[in-house]
Amino acid sequence: MFLTKEEEKLLERGDGVSKCMEILVALGEIFDAERLIPIKHAHISGVSYQNIGDEGLEWLRSLNVKFTVKTTINPAGMDLDRWKEMGIDEDFARKQMKLLNIFKEMGAELTLTCTPYYIYRPSIGEHLAWAESSAVIYANSVLGARTNRESGISALASAVIGKTPYYGLHIKENRAPSILVKVECDCDPSILGYKIGSEIEGIPIFKFNRKLSDDDLKALGAGLASTGNVAIFHVIDQTPEWNDFEIPSEKIVVDKLELNFDCDPDIITLGCPHLSKEELIKVYNLLKNFSGKVRREFWIFTSRKVYEDLIEVVDYLEMKGVRVFRDTCMVVSPATRRFECVMTNSGKALTYLPKLRGVKVLYGTLEDCVRKAFE
Amino acid sequence: MRIRGRVISKGYAEGEVIVSRRKFSFLGDVDVESGVVVAEDSDISGERIANKIFIFPHGRGSTVGTYVLLRMKKKGTAPKAIINIETEPIIAVGAIIAEIPLMDKLEINPLEVFESGDFAVVNAYEGYVEKRD
Repeated sequence: MFLTKEEEKLLERGDGVSKCMEILVALGEIFDAERLIPIKHAHISGVSYQNIGDEGLEWLRSLNVKFTVKTTINPAGMDLDRWKEMGIDEDFARKQMKLLNIFKEMGAELTLTCTPYYIYRPSIGEHLAWAESSAVIYANSVLGARTNRESGISALASAVIGKTPYYGLHIKENRAPSILVKVECDCDPSILGYKIGSEIEGIPIFKFNRKLSDDDLKALGAGLASTGNVAIFHVIDQTPEWNDFEIPSEKIVVDKLELNFDCDPDIITLGCPHLSKEELIKVYNLLKNFSGKVRREFWIFTSRKVYEDLIEVVDYLEMKGVRVFRDTCMVVSPATRRFECVMTNSGKALTYLPKLRGVKVLYGTLEDCVRKAFE
Repeated sequence: MRIRGRVISKGYAEGEVIVSRRKFSFLGDVDVESGVVVAEDSDISGERIANKIFIFPHGRGSTVGTYVLLRMKKKGTAPKAIINIETEPIIAVGAIIAEIPLMDKLEINPLEVFESGDFAVVNAYEGYVEKRD
């Protein structure tokens, strides 16, 4: 890989900056990148103390670096104000705060959300270094921005250097679809993504018989990325780049989806990825059809930004007995593991909850979830 | 015999070799506390990779695995050096942050040159691997 004189110098300083440069150069070599390109925004994952542990925390501290571009971070393991209510112990909370302080000192904005695009909306063609697979696939597919599926550490290295190796989805021709998926059922996009992510190779382009909302596209991508190694998809007549390439000849048709989840939920959760304003309002409108308070634990996860923008909606939800948490989600927080059966509308949560938290899962649409809460 | 290759993570190590012919994940395939391979379907199941020069074809699995090498290094159970046929990001970044020498793309397939129990030198400053008797 070609490096400029300045980049060479960064490699030879022998400090944390050199370490970050070493990481980017190694990745560039592995993927045959010809050079590094500047990025506008880095988004870092692996922010829950649960994922990183004491060794990771110490390593981050020892790096002693500052971010040079706009840097946002993924959800942590708890709501920073209401962690006790989530059943988080003091030791975890203390270490989580320590870790967040390290990120803050490096210059990150403590956004603590997997939906950074609700805070800074990237534009078409903009180069990013994002970790968090659901945000990566949204940025590429729905917004037409360009990012590879980074790990927490490679995104951090890019945040420090302000650059990323130029390969993969940064290059236009690598964004072309390779398989057409004709969807002939009225399937929930979240479950569609969850089911076919593992069945397809390459980049899908979907044909639906209806127009999908931004929230549908978000759910489709999150499901796809959780079960497959997919970082971009296209939707005919909808996504910004669908018409830039030829429609592939390889085709699959989806006319039904079979699911076999079965358990009685002791908690219902929404917000993986974090709820948008529209989704939060949808929950509010559905809740108004039911009298009294919810009869099961009902946890909703969103970003501080959406929470603060819709504080009256949040107040109503809380009055109905729903807990609206920020800064975290059911997948990255250890809080979910004390339940037995978690109901959710998220394909991504269906993938990760059994693996990471050892709980059973039940799927329902957003409407089903609200209804179940009153049973 | 000196075999040249690509340096991914710089460093120098010499010691006993352990070879696996299967893909390997540091998340799940190995016990961090002891450095013993616990994956039952591995061809080196039950053997220790701690303080050895670990040769295997390729990494696999989730990026969450990156910090595992760091954890093993701190506990003294990490391999001294890693040689892959062709490496991938999880192993590469893990080796860089844990400061474990890592090389790949050797000019001769290392699985054809080395067997477990051999003695090797990995010079991942100058970019070569040597087999010693």
